[in-house]
Amino acid sequence: MTVEARNLEARYVLEFPGGYTRTTGPVIGRFLTELRDGRIVGVRTAEGRTLVPPLEYDPATGDAVTEEFVEVGPAGTVESWSWVHAPRKAHPLDRPFAWALIRLDGADTALVHAVDAGDVKSMRPGLRVRPRWRAERTGHITDIESFVPDVTKIVSVVRSEYVVKPGLALARFLEGVAEGVFIGGRCGSCHKVYVPYRTTCPECGVAITEEVVLPDTGTITTFAINNLPDPRAPEVPFVSAYILLDGSDLPMIALVGEIAAHEVRQGMRVRAVWVPEEERTTSMSNIKWFAPTGEPDAEL
Amino acid sequence: MREIAVVAFAQTRHSATDDGQSEAELIVGVLDEVRAKTGLRRFGFTCSGSCDYLAGAPFSFVSVLDAIGAWPPISESHVEMDAAWALYEAWVALQHGDIDSALVYGFGKPSQGDLREIMTLQLDPYYLAPLGLDQVSFAALQASAAGAGRAELDEIVRRSRADGRANPYALDLPDPAGNDFEVEPLRPYDIAPSADGAAAVVLAAGDLARELCENPAWITGIAHRIEPHYLGMRDLARSASAADAARAAGVGKGHVDVAELHTQFSHEELILREALELGEGTVVNPSGGPLAANPVMATGLIRIGEAAQRILDGGASRTVGHASSGPCLQHNLVTVMEAENG
Repeated sequence: MTVEARNLEARYVLEFPGGYTRTTGPVIGRFLTELRDGRIVGVRTAEGRTLVPPLEYDPATGDAVTEEFVEVGPAGTVESWSWVHAPRKAHPLDRPFAWALIRLDGADTALVHAVDAGDVKSMRPGLRVRPRWRAERTGHITDIESFVPDVTKIVSVVRSEYVVKPGLALARFLEGVAEGVFIGGRCGSCHKVYVPYRTTCPECGVAITEEVVLPDTGTITTFAINNLPDPRAPEVPFVSAYILLDGSDLPMIALVGEIAAHEVRQGMRVRAVWVPEEERTTSMSNIKWFAPTGEPDAEL
Repeated sequence: MREIAVVAFAQTRHSATDDGQSEAELIVGVLDEVRAKTGLRRFGFTCSGSCDYLAGAPFSFVSVLDAIGAWPPISESHVEMDAAWALYEAWVALQHGDIDSALVYGFGKPSQGDLREIMTLQLDPYYLAPLGLDQVSFAALQASAAGAGRAELDEIVRRSRADGRANPYALDLPDPAGNDFEVEPLRPYDIAPSADGAAAVVLAAGDLARELCENPAWITGIAHRIEPHYLGMRDLARSASAADAARAAGVGKGHVDVAELHTQFSHEELILREALELGEGTVVNPSGGPLAANPVMATGLIRIGEAAQRILDGGASRTVGHASSGPCLQHNLVTVMEAENG
């Protein structure tokens, strides 16, 4: 089968082999020469404005510019910008970047160039940028590889290692958890029962000496639905709740399981779900979570 | 000033893909159409607009003269610009007073190359072209400078595409959709879809215009203005040259029924509406405009032709055609046309 004649295609390239040679003239030539030396210059107009990049004639008046060149920048301010999500072959960078109009310090006009900002979120009008020079410069506008934002923040790494012990009160409570019971403490002064166990009453400021073994049933007083995974609850969403154990006066925090997150409610009756006896350690991980008992909700 | 009018206009059914016709073959149909409408076979002057870089061949427009019939020799000229500027040259030639008719045509086959890269070649070769700054990128810089609102741009594209679907010469494009950026803040649909196509206009002076058609679209004002090329030397948020051209052409001297604007990107409509001081009472781009079909190098001429056609059809009394050239609306041509007793 032959191609239908009207659909025949020929490919060709239009190209000036080796590139097209252009003379620069004295004004653009000066700019490119300074660029090769790592400097950016503007030219003064008769009216005293500084054009960057320099032009031979003042676009505002049509008058020839003066012979006065002044160094500008190298820092400048982004006036407006567009963001290239997918760079094209001819573009100066092979990763997403911004095109920007950059007003170099000391200039009265804006320079068009690329800004290697990493992320579109880094771009804004007023952003301060500086040129990133090419190591090998030839006197070409691309001697500036791109502009890059000023340094405005750094990342500080903080990491210290510690060894901690539970303290006597928590140690006593964990001994109970190891046995499958919750140990609380009753204040001899105000008679409040605290769980986990404490050795002092935070309200009265006296030592607690009386231990109370509490049942593993209680009532949810408030709760939160968590959507960020936690090492103890890798599946989201999970519910963490304040649970007032029967016979205690202050709630303790625990996970709630075996129920959809949106069905958890205040006043719900729950019971601790323990890991099998042979898996228990001296650790809160003995309690998988609290699960609904099915009893009617309690009055809070 | 001599009275000069658009007396006939024709355009191709623009195609988003290369349908196999050469440039000369694209032109033949529209030439036959304006010849039939005017009854003229020969014109006092012929002027065309096109871009050799679209075909990638020097003097490519010369071969298109085969479609004209240039024997015995004709008086002919060409602009390496949108054909709207060929119309301007023809209008100037008619003002000299030694001819009474002119044929203007433009054509383009952007399907043959990469328009975004080709448009880089129009940029200054020292400061802009070497950066690889492509057409959509510099347009996006202007959209950003203008601070155009997304909802406003979406509505411009939606309206243009809906009008384009009702225009047999424009492309059939769906309502704009999708959240991807081409070059942020521009989305793919903010870009006028390039197409292969051609258009022709016949201008005639005075009594000849009245003989050739019932409702000549009299050119009561035509002017073009240009501003600095380098993007950092001008305020991209507005178009001073379009505003100056509009004032010189007298856009504000009366009510404008219809304005056809050469909007190659959706945000350009906002800038041009402001520059031309077009009010709520002006219908903008009822043809769908370039956002519904952009036969490059004919698109600006088509704006004048579409605006003229509203008068030729008797439906409007005063219309404006706008054409643009260069990066970010650098160069603007504004034509005001009026009905005989408009």
